[in-house]
Parts: sequence; C-alpha cells; structure tokens
Amino acid sequence: MHRTALLARQGAFTRSCGRSLASAALCAAALATALPSLAQDDALALDDWAAIEQAAQGQTVYWNAWGGDSRTNDYLSWVADELEARHDIELVHVKLSDTSTAVSRVIAEKAAGNLDEGAIDLIWINGENFAAMKDNDLLFGPFAEALPNYALTRADANPEVRVDFTVPTEGYEAPWGKAQLTFYYDSARVETPPGSMTELLDWARTHPGRFTYPLVPDFTGSTFLKQALIELTPDTAPLYQPVEESDFAAITAPLWDYLDTLHPYLWREGRNFPTSGPEMKRLMGDGELSLAFTFIPSEPAAAVADFQLPPTTRSYVLDGGTLGNVHFVAIPFNASHKAGALVTANFLLSPEAQAHKQDPAVWGDRTVLDMSALSNKERVTFIDDSDNPAALPADALSKTLPEPHPSWMERLEAAWLERYGNQ
Amino acid sequence: MRLFSPTIRTIPWLAMALLSLPVAGGLAGVLAPALGWLPALGGNELTLEHWRTLVATPGLADMVRLSLSAGLASALISLAIVMLFLGAFAETRALALVRRLLSPLLAVPHAAAAIGIAFLLAPSGLASRLLSPWPSGWDTPPDYLFPGDPWGLGLIIGLVIKEVPFLLLMSLAALPQCQAQARLRLARSLGYAPVTAFAKAVLPGLYPLIRLPIYAVIAFASANVEVAMILGPTTPPPLAVAVVRWINDPDLSMRFVASAAALLQLGVTLAALGLWWLGERLVASLSRTALTGGRREAGDRLWAGAGGLATLLAVLLLGGSLMGLVLWSLAAWWPFPAALPSPLSYHAWQGALPGLKEPLTQTALIGLAATGLSLLLTVGALEAEHLRHRGMAAWAELVLYLPLVVPPVAFLFGLVQLQVQAGLAPGALAVILAHSLFVLPYVFLSLAESYRRLDPRWAQVAASLGHSQASLFWRVRLPLLTVPILTAAAVGFSVSVGQYLPTLLMSAGRLSTLTTEAVSLASGGDRRLTAVYALMQLLLPALGFALALALPRLLMRHRSGVLNP
Repeated sequence: MHRTALLARQGAFTRSCGRSLASAALCAAALATALPSLAQDDALALDDWAAIEQAAQGQTVYWNAWGGDSRTNDYLSWVADELEARHDIELVHVKLSDTSTAVSRVIAEKAAGNLDEGAIDLIWINGENFAAMKDNDLLFGPFAEALPNYALTRADANPEVRVDFTVPTEGYEAPWGKAQLTFYYDSARVETPPGSMTELLDWARTHPGRFTYPLVPDFTGSTFLKQALIELTPDTAPLYQPVEESDFAAITAPLWDYLDTLHPYLWREGRNFPTSGPEMKRLMGDGELSLAFTFIPSEPAAAVADFQLPPTTRSYVLDGGTLGNVHFVAIPFNASHKAGALVTANFLLSPEAQAHKQDPAVWGDRTVLDMSALSNKERVTFIDDSDNPAALPADALSKTLPEPHPSWMERLEAAWLERYGNQ
Repeated sequence: MRLFSPTIRTIPWLAMALLSLPVAGGLAGVLAPALGWLPALGGNELTLEHWRTLVATPGLADMVRLSLSAGLASALISLAIVMLFLGAFAETRALALVRRLLSPLLAVPHAAAAIGIAFLLAPSGLASRLLSPWPSGWDTPPDYLFPGDPWGLGLIIGLVIKEVPFLLLMSLAALPQCQAQARLRLARSLGYAPVTAFAKAVLPGLYPLIRLPIYAVIAFASANVEVAMILGPTTPPPLAVAVVRWINDPDLSMRFVASAAALLQLGVTLAALGLWWLGERLVASLSRTALTGGRREAGDRLWAGAGGLATLLAVLLLGGSLMGLVLWSLAAWWPFPAALPSPLSYHAWQGALPGLKEPLTQTALIGLAATGLSLLLTVGALEAEHLRHRGMAAWAELVLYLPLVVPPVAFLFGLVQLQVQAGLAPGALAVILAHSLFVLPYVFLSLAESYRRLDPRWAQVAASLGHSQASLFWRVRLPLLTVPILTAAAVGFSVSVGQYLPTLLMSAGRLSTLTTEAVSLASGGDRRLTAVYALMQLLLPALGFALALALPRLLMRHRSGVLNP
C-alpha cells in the first residue's frame, strides 16, 4: 500500500458518511457499560450533567481545529466568547493546518506514558483520522450520547450522525456539522455546467485545461474518484461491502477508462495536480480553471464575498446527487480538561450555536440538528432569507449519496497512485 | 575575572548536552519506528518490512533523484552567482547597493518567497499578466507546466533566489577575515583583471570560510519541504515532501514507512554532501595549475557580465515575488489578465491586523530568546576552542549540525515524546529550546570560521600589554567580531521566526506565532491573507538584518578599522 495524504484540511471534512448502521443499539449498550468505568477513571459521571458543568468551570479547553478559514476561525472565537460568559470556560482555538499534527501529539503523549495530562482537549475530526484514533484507543468515550443536546439530532431518525466514513462512531465523537460535495463554475465562461460525470468528460473535451481535481489522496481528490466510480459503475451494491469481497479490477475498470480519457483534457494535461481543495479554489480565482468543486457547500459564496472567486461564480450539485458527510468533535483519551471539553461539545450542539453556524453570513455550515426536535422559536432562527447568487439553492443538498465502504477508498487511492502518481 | 576561563570551558559541554539529548531523542523517534518499533501504534517487533514497502514505492527513484538534483544544482548555481558577482563588483558601488538590498531579501521566509515566485511565473502570474492580453494574445491563462515541472526547475529557481542572498551575506561577513581587500589590491597591482584577480587571489581563501554555509544550503535544499510543496513537481514529489505526506497520512501505519523514508532522506542529504565534497577535491586538484599559471585575464568581461546579469535576475525575481505579495495583500477581486489589482483594498489588512499583536510579540520574544541562547553557547564554545588551542571534536560538530540534515518532520515526533517524558510543559520554554536546536547550528556555522580565523596577533599584542584572557575576550576579540556576531544573530533570528512545526508541536499549539498563523491560514488558500502574513513574517527578520548592518556602524564609529580590517 503506498498511500500518501496531503497537507490539506484532512481534519475538517475528511471522509464521509454512510447509512450502513446497525449501530444505534450498539452505541447505547456501549455507553451503558462504559459509564461506571468512566466515573472511576476520570471522576466524571456522564449521567450527572450538573456535576460536569460545575467541574468545567474555570477550565481552559484547548481545541485543536483546522485554522485555514477565517470565517470558521471567527465562528470559533464567537463560541469562545459564549462559553466564557455562560460557563466560565476559556476556550483556546489551536489552529492547525492539518489535523494529523494533533493526532501526532496524542500518539507521542501515549508513547511517552502521559495518560491523563494531555495537551489537547478537543479535536475537530472525521473520517480516516477518527477511524485511526479510535482503532488505536486514542479517544475518550463513549460520551456523545450523554450530551444533553445530543437528543436534538434525533439520531435514530438521522443515522448519519452516528456513522463517520461508514465507521460507527459508537459515541466517541459528537456530530457538529454537515458537508456535501458541491461543484462551482464561472458563469461568465461556462453557460451550462456538466450535470454528470459523463457530461463532465464532454465538457472537458471542449474546454481543455479548465478542469482538474486535487492530487489523490487529498480527501477532495479521493472524493472525486468515489463520485466518479459511483456514477460510472453499473452496479453500486458492491461498493458498500468490503472491497475484498468483490472484483476490484472489474468494477473499477470503467473508472480508469474514464480517467485515461479525461486526463489529457485536464489542467496541465493531467501531469500536475493542485495539492488540495483550497489550491483548486485559488486556481479558479486566477482564472486557470472554469469549473471546480468543494466539500463545503457555503465555500464558493463566501469566497466571492472575500474576493477570492469571480463575482460570476455559481454553485450546483450533480443531477444524480453527490457524496456528503458529517464532521465531528472528539476528545483525546488523555485530555486534561474533559469536563470543559464535554460542556463545549454540548454547547456546539445547542440550537443557538448551530443556527449561528448555519447563518451564511457567519459560516454557512449546515446543522446536524433535526428541525422537528426544536421549538418553533428555535426553528425560525435556522431560516435563511438571504439571496446570494453564488450560493447553492436550498433544496440542492437533499441529493446526498452515501459513502462507499472505507476499504474502497484505500484501494482506489493506491491504484490511482500506481497509475498516475509516477508519470 | 578568575572565573572566566572555567566558565567558558564548561560552555561546550553545556551546548553538547543541550543538543545531543534532543538530537538523540529525535533520532531514536525516527529510527525505532523505521525498524517497526512503536508500541503506541501496535509496533511491537523489529522488522524490515517497512523498508521493503518503501523500496517498492512507485517513483521512489525519481523522488531521490529530485531531492539530490535540487540540493546540488541550487547550491552550485547560487554559489556561482555569488562568486561571479563578488568577482565582478567587489569594491564597487553596486556591491554597496546590493548589500543594502540584501537584508529585506534575506528576511523573506522560504515559503513566502516560493509563493511569490509561483505567482510571478505561473501561467496566471504577474509575468504572464504583464504580457496579456497584448502582446501574448491570452485572454485566459495559458496552460503550461511551470512551476511544478517534472525536472524540478521551478523548485531550483525558488531555492536559488533564497540562497543567493544567504551566501552573499555569509561571504560579505567572511571577506574581511580573509584579507580580501589586500589580496585583491595586490593581485590587481600585478596586472590581474578584476574577476581573475578575485578568482585566483581571494576565492581560495574565501571558500573555506563559507564552506559550512554552503553545506547548510545543500542540506536545506535537498531536504526542504515548504518550497518543494509550492514549486516542485507532484507526480512524484521530491522525497522530503513524500515523507511529510506519509507522516500526515490518516492511516497511522504509514508512519512506520514515513520513518524509514526519513532515514532515507537523511542518507540522500548526506550523499549530496558527499558528492559536493568530492567535487571540491576535484576542483581543487584541477585548478592548481590554473591558479599559479600567471594568466592575468580569462574571459573577464564575459564572467563579469554573467555575474552581473545573474545577480540582477535573482534580485529581480525575488523583488518581483515580493512585489506580488504586496499587491496581493492589497487586492480585492483581481482577475486575469489585469496586471494591477484595482481598486486597491485594505480588506485583508483590516481583517488580519487586530489578530497580529499577540503573534508578533510571541515571535519576537521567542526569536530573541532562542537567538540569545544560541549566540551565548556558540561564542562560548568557540572561545573555549580558542582557550584550549584545539578545535571541536568531529563528533561534537556532527551533533551540532544533525538538526540541519535530519528532516524535521520525522525528527520532531521523537522530540515531542522526549518533551512529554521529561515533563517539560508545552509552552514558551519548550519552544525556545526546540528553536535553539535549529537556530544554534545556523548561528554556529555563520560565526565559526570568522571566529576561528581571527588573526591571533591582535590578542597576542594585547596580551603582551598585560591583559587577562577575560579582558582579551571582552575588549579585543568581541569588538573585532562585532560584524560577524551580529550577522550570525540576524541569521539565527530569521531561522527562529520561520519555524513552524517545532513551534506548533512543542507548545501543543498554545503559542501562536506569525508563522503558525501564516501556515494555518495558507492552508485555506486565500492568497490575500497569506500575503499579509508573509509580509509580517518578513518584517521582523528584516529588522534584525537591518540592525546587524547598522549597529556596527553606530557602535564602531570610532573604530572604523574593525569594520574593514
């Protein structure tokens, strides 16, 4: 396996959600059995929320989160102000360029035997980073379903908040927001953008050099591969089983044919790739590309407001829908301020924090709360009455495709690197 | 002052202890996982399996080739430019001008320079905008593969324009130590043409003085990550970039392969240094006859022209990339092919300024502390050499330079582990110590040769006038070395300002410096904000270099001979 991952924002919107979940019961069971041991280990009884809030008072919570977006950073400082005022918690945003740095730190601490005085209290995480930390017992929990506001996600009706990259979260991370693969284009140069992968190929033929995708295995680049595979392969059922159980070569053959045909029409004729989604966005701003995509639906509109993209930018989702996922916050097993981290995670799930986050003028990150769990008064705060031509139409995000099994992702990335990584 | 000698004699040991422990810890943190040992990730047995995985990586040979060629080519080109320039313009006004230009240029952080170069030369960059739509006829950016070309030319250019100012500064600091002026005048009076006179009379004396800086350039260029990520090819990338990718891979088992690759990178860097060393021997033996052949002139005009042109090009490129950064920091929506942003906007500055105060103070304080510590240890170690009349042991010097040749990404993991084990709380102290690891080698290599080659007769004369060792040090040696010491301090300070991973990891992200802010913002791809932070990053070291140039003139105004002995 020769996989490489890029210094992108792996942390934020890494991978995926899926629907293969028999995990609800599992989570509850795990929670029930874990409670007593937690209480012993950490003197934190997750069923006594008042005690947790009391313990959290005066704590400083170090939240390691990707810091590459000033709007996200501004939202985080709003959260810090609110926590200070409501709970006497000092929240410090440790800005990362890559979540793996935080993972490194936790591993080093574990290797050095630091089991309860870790320097990281909360991590913005999902996908592979979560799976890796969970597999290596680097996370505290299960805690998510003990958060009072967790009920507002109505997880039984919205199973995607319990699954990360098809891996059951089992309460080791709390949902925070939602993302979906969104395409955007410059309407001054493109009249009708391609609505499917097949149309994309035709479009690239007539617009050579004006489209590309990030270098695999950057998560945005890998998502493009998965999106293409889902559309191109006749039968998608095997994609939701472990890759070992099916004929990888046969199922992915249409994808490689497609890419072989597409690459000569890509930016730099497919001999070089942007290293991340943000770099692809910059190429759009420079006019080198006319069509690109992102995992953050609100990003194109925000980038127009920040002068990073042409004012004529428009967003859309492919006709057949696109891949989407949920992102989370998790607490390292050795976090020094677990009570503070729990209160923070709970506040992030409050209707007020979620509505503020979803406001396109603030960040535009979609809520994980279920509107039917909220009061009328709370629901109103989520309504977006702004009218931004660069933003995605409100109903577009309903067409969400589930993620394939993670083993597909790994094989796809390895196969891609073998074919195109060494030209 | 009886304490002077004993105190000085302990400093080398202090320096070694301070360095060798982290270096050993850092190396162990690479070596063990490379051999499969990292229990925190389930690596419980020694195995060569990860090496086999590494060797089977497609494109590994190309990665190694790119690292080697970038390291050697950029050092060779930079050295050639600097020497030709000095040969052609020593003792002219052009030199004084370049000297003044040098400090801001040298202060540009590598990543910022690379971003600037990329913007200057990319198909949608400033150069192409100036030519569009007329005379190029481009309404939209053309689609050529540069930078990021598979030969690494873009990468080499990016490295060269950063290394030329560094080597020039090192040479300028060393010139007085090898009596360049006197040698040059003598050669000229014997009828040698300027460049030939420089090459035959000064160069053989100058080269040994700047050898260590050149080695540092080779090590840096062959193991560099930031510049290579921005200007280098991607399929495949240079080895150091691949190491970073593997170490950042969410699949934690890749860390074993990354550790093996980091050791390979160490080998590649050492190989580059070895090749260079062989080249040195070759040139030395080949040039023996030419040096003493007595030929007064050998294509002098041509060489002088080439030197001037190359320097001009380097300065233009670096200046142009700086200009690009300034423009971007003031740009609103700036589409191709507009050559200038219009209207200008303070949007990015307004957004960034309120948050700049804390990072600016932290950066300055950490930089001053790390530089001060490094300077103290360096001067102490060199003075101890002087007192013992014997150079530093080879192993000690090796320890000193190890942080420069081991790829920091791999090295730092072990360092964090060590920090946790030592119970050193994440914060300013840990960061200062970690910065010193990288600052100390640069301060040392900037200062060592000048210190070692200081004419001993000055001290002998003073001693014969009855001065003690301490008094010799404070009143004779230090003042004579003011220029190189301040230059070394400025270099060290700029190294500290540019540190990203050590700051982030050793403070657990709790200290925000200009560089940590800049790198995390740069990952979001907004060139305007990136430009603002890059310019701020440049400000502090530029101040340092300006002081290094101005202070001696101020302090030594009654002893101008010190500036030009």
